Amino acid sequence: MPTFVYMTRCDGCGHCVDICPSDIMHIDPTYRRAYNIEPNMCWECYSCVKACPHHAIDVRGYADFAPLGHSVRVIRDEEKGVIAWRIKSRNGETDLNLLAPITTKPWGQHVPQLANQPEPSQEMRASQLLYNEPKYIRMDDGDIHTLESNGLEMKEGVYH
Amino acid sequence: MGYKTIIEDNIDILVAGAGLGGTGAAFEARYWGKNKKIVIAEKANINRSGAVAQGLYAINCYMGTRFGENNPEDHVRYARIDLMGMVREDLLFDMARHVDSAVHQFEEWGMPIMRDPKSGSYLREGRWQIMIHGESYKPLVAEAAKKSADKVFNRICVTHLLMDESKENRVAGAVGFNVRTGDYHVFKSKAVVVGAGGASNIFKPRSVGEGAGRVWYAPWSSGSAYGLMIGAGAKMTQMENRIVLARFKDGYGPVGAYFLHLKTYTQNCDGEEYESKWFPALEEMVGKAYLDTDQSHVSHRPIPTCLRNHAFINEVASGKGPIHMVTMEAFQDPHLEEIGWHNFLGMTVGQAVLWAATDVNPKYENPELTTSEPYVMGSHATGCGAWCSGPEDISPDEYFWGYNRMTTVEGLFGAGDAVGGTPHAFSSGSFTEGRLAAKAACQYIDDGKAQGIRVSDEQINRRKEEIYKPMEHYKIYRNDIVAGSVNPNYINPRQGLDRLQKLMDEYAGGVTVNYMTNEKLLHIGLKKMKTLEEDLEKVAAENVHELLRAWELKHRHLSSEAVIHHTLFRKETRWPGYYYRGDAMKVDDDNWHVLTVSHRDPQTGDYTMEKAPLYHLVGDIEDKELAELHAAAKEA
Ligand SMILES: Cc1cc2nc3c(=O)[nH]c(=O)nc-3n(C[C@H](O)[C@H](O)[C@H](O)COP(=O)(O)OP(=O)(O)OC[C@H]3O[C@@H](n4cnc5c(N)ncnc54)[C@H](O)[C@@H]3O)c2cc1C
Ligand code: SF4
Ligand code: SF4
Repeated sequence: MPTFVYMTRCDGCGHCVDICPSDIMHIDPTYRRAYNIEPNMCWECYSCVKACPHHAIDVRGYADFAPLGHSVRVIRDEEKGVIAWRIKSRNGETDLNLLAPITTKPWGQHVPQLANQPEPSQEMRASQLLYNEPKYIRMDDGDIHTLESNGLEMKEGVYH
Repeated sequence: MGYKTIIEDNIDILVAGAGLGGTGAAFEARYWGKNKKIVIAEKANINRSGAVAQGLYAINCYMGTRFGENNPEDHVRYARIDLMGMVREDLLFDMARHVDSAVHQFEEWGMPIMRDPKSGSYLREGRWQIMIHGESYKPLVAEAAKKSADKVFNRICVTHLLMDESKENRVAGAVGFNVRTGDYHVFKSKAVVVGAGGASNIFKPRSVGEGAGRVWYAPWSSGSAYGLMIGAGAKMTQMENRIVLARFKDGYGPVGAYFLHLKTYTQNCDGEEYESKWFPALEEMVGKAYLDTDQSHVSHRPIPTCLRNHAFINEVASGKGPIHMVTMEAFQDPHLEEIGWHNFLGMTVGQAVLWAATDVNPKYENPELTTSEPYVMGSHATGCGAWCSGPEDISPDEYFWGYNRMTTVEGLFGAGDAVGGTPHAFSSGSFTEGRLAAKAACQYIDDGKAQGIRVSDEQINRRKEEIYKPMEHYKIYRNDIVAGSVNPNYINPRQGLDRLQKLMDEYAGGVTVNYMTNEKLLHIGLKKMKTLEEDLEKVAAENVHELLRAWELKHRHLSSEAVIHHTLFRKETRWPGYYYRGDAMKVDDDNWHVLTVSHRDPQTGDYTMEKAPLYHLVGDIEDKELAELHAAAKEA
């Protein structure tokens, strides 16, 4: 729900401005701190909240249907590969701490650099295969599925 | 206006919009085009852009052929049933046969995918869905795209495609502006893969005021994929096939895991099951081929999403709302309770915020559901998008013109929401389509199809003028008035968006008219759309941020106009529960068992509509059942 920024915590670093998919976190020219310029285009995606190094951004449920007095806070830690949430309801009866992994491997190191992969053969180019296939795509580790291999036939088009 | 012009030349493959489809395209392009220049132009920051910005808790399209779970044709059959027959089976089969390799790569890159401890296969939420801890889904695929691309331009709103001036109907790149600096960016490219996503916010949302950004599909899904491709004269298909979603009320929290994994179910205000009572009348409307009330519980044939919506909508209209999701049973199990919350935190945090704000504890209270406003997109349970070529080994002649996922404009490819007729691709399928498009685009260039492209300075300058017009317009007329936003010479982007949403809602079958429209209404809608188009020439932008909103609005307008033309053309109610043609309330297979294809003339803006044949490549019966039948026949 729409974000807001605590005046005393923000130092104007601009991480939130850099990440917001909706382009609505901007730096206020007078205070040199960030704020949400267009709350009705905020998706409460929490991208900015997760990105703020000072935890200066919080979310207050949309005024038109969410009563005041709740809190959903988050800490995302790329080094440890986890994200931690705390949900507190308005009446205090729900108070949940939830933890989830965000990656199983050191960040970004296991994404291949395709420029360093061997050049695909002419045969592969002419085939239907993509990079790293047919690995994983069928039970017998054979070739790609085709209509024939799946016992299917081209049928007449229905055209009314 | 003092904005610089920055030209990026000699690009081989330009990816316009890098969500799930675009990142897949950029990643794969490097493999097939080792020495090619691959460039990304993205409206936001690639690390958190598109529909997956906040993450996902499930991958909704995974076959599991490796684990002997499903074959591609099973998925085609499923998507076909769900979309009341209207799908491109060649494209679907192609996506489904490759999608597993994308998912397994995600796992190798570090995505936490849950596993079934007993079988060792991925933990299933439903037949096609697997469960993940996907908070970092988007940063992960962005990493792959960044490793492959030569350059990533973040914060570029692509406004138009560039067209070749030496050969008609061939793409030559794209132009746009930097949302921060305001600079004008020109990308000259041999091929373009459009991955700019679907369209939210073209129908008036249920949310009002501050909550207007609380829509199901992301508010930044501006219909740019459609706006760009329609603007370039690419043919579109199934644009009438908008989607309405049954979701948790106000927060739009997803229900998939609730139904499939937590085994929650819905009931009306009296605590009754309500769907089955609407089905006999619905069977009359759609025919036994699509809903067989006697057989459905025996055959296990899934009931199309739209038809379940229909029951929901009618139950509420008959005074039996609200519809509740019965969570109180499942949530007694602390493990399931945790999953229920994680499911929101992983992909729709706002729903958790809403429940916290309204003291909803699903353990003690069954939360409300509602049906959403319509959305136009092509990767969820709906198939709007461009009319694209299929792969050569499966596609019939009418579906094949040389390169996989190439639109009817040469060198212009699509992925994800951009491609029409391919519902149920979701995140993994969209990424896969990007990969397919990239391979084909490399082939297109290697075959010499992009030789001799010419782009004149005239075209570049004309587009520049057009792009900044809203800012010029503002400057000229701003001082006619004292202050405020009411001006006789312009409207601002928000005012334009409000007009568009109201118009689409009332004339094209939105929420306030209970998804109802007809020929007369649609004609009025089209007329109003034209005058809105005239006013959009006078849209005013006070700053670069508003310029972004102005161009998003223009793309939404082009998408919406296509929606109305398509809805007008298909004179039947193919998807009750998504929308109704009040003047043709039945499924009409005699006349409309076809795909709809539109073309907008970029010069005149005139539309032509045509029917395209529907090929059913896949038989009706499941392979496993077929094998059983064969075995039984042999014994007999
Ligand atoms: C709430 C929600 C829940 C979902 N749940 C699931 C799920 O559980 N499992 C699943 O598999 N799928 C799920 N999906 C679906 C999935 O997110 C989409 O199918 C997929 O993201 C579509 O990919 P795409 O590339 O077409 O669009 P997107 O991923 O939206 O990417 C579009 C990209 O284009 C950029 N762009 C837009 N306009 C421009 C422009 N003018 N210039 C430059 N760039 C532009 C955007 O910034 C964005 O990066 C869900 C979606 C939503 C919204
Ligand atoms: S990221 Fe945090 S500290 Fe930095 S500008 Fe934004 S709100 Fe302020
Ligand atoms: S929650 Fe998302 S949309 Fe809202 S301001 Fe933050 S990053 Fe932008």
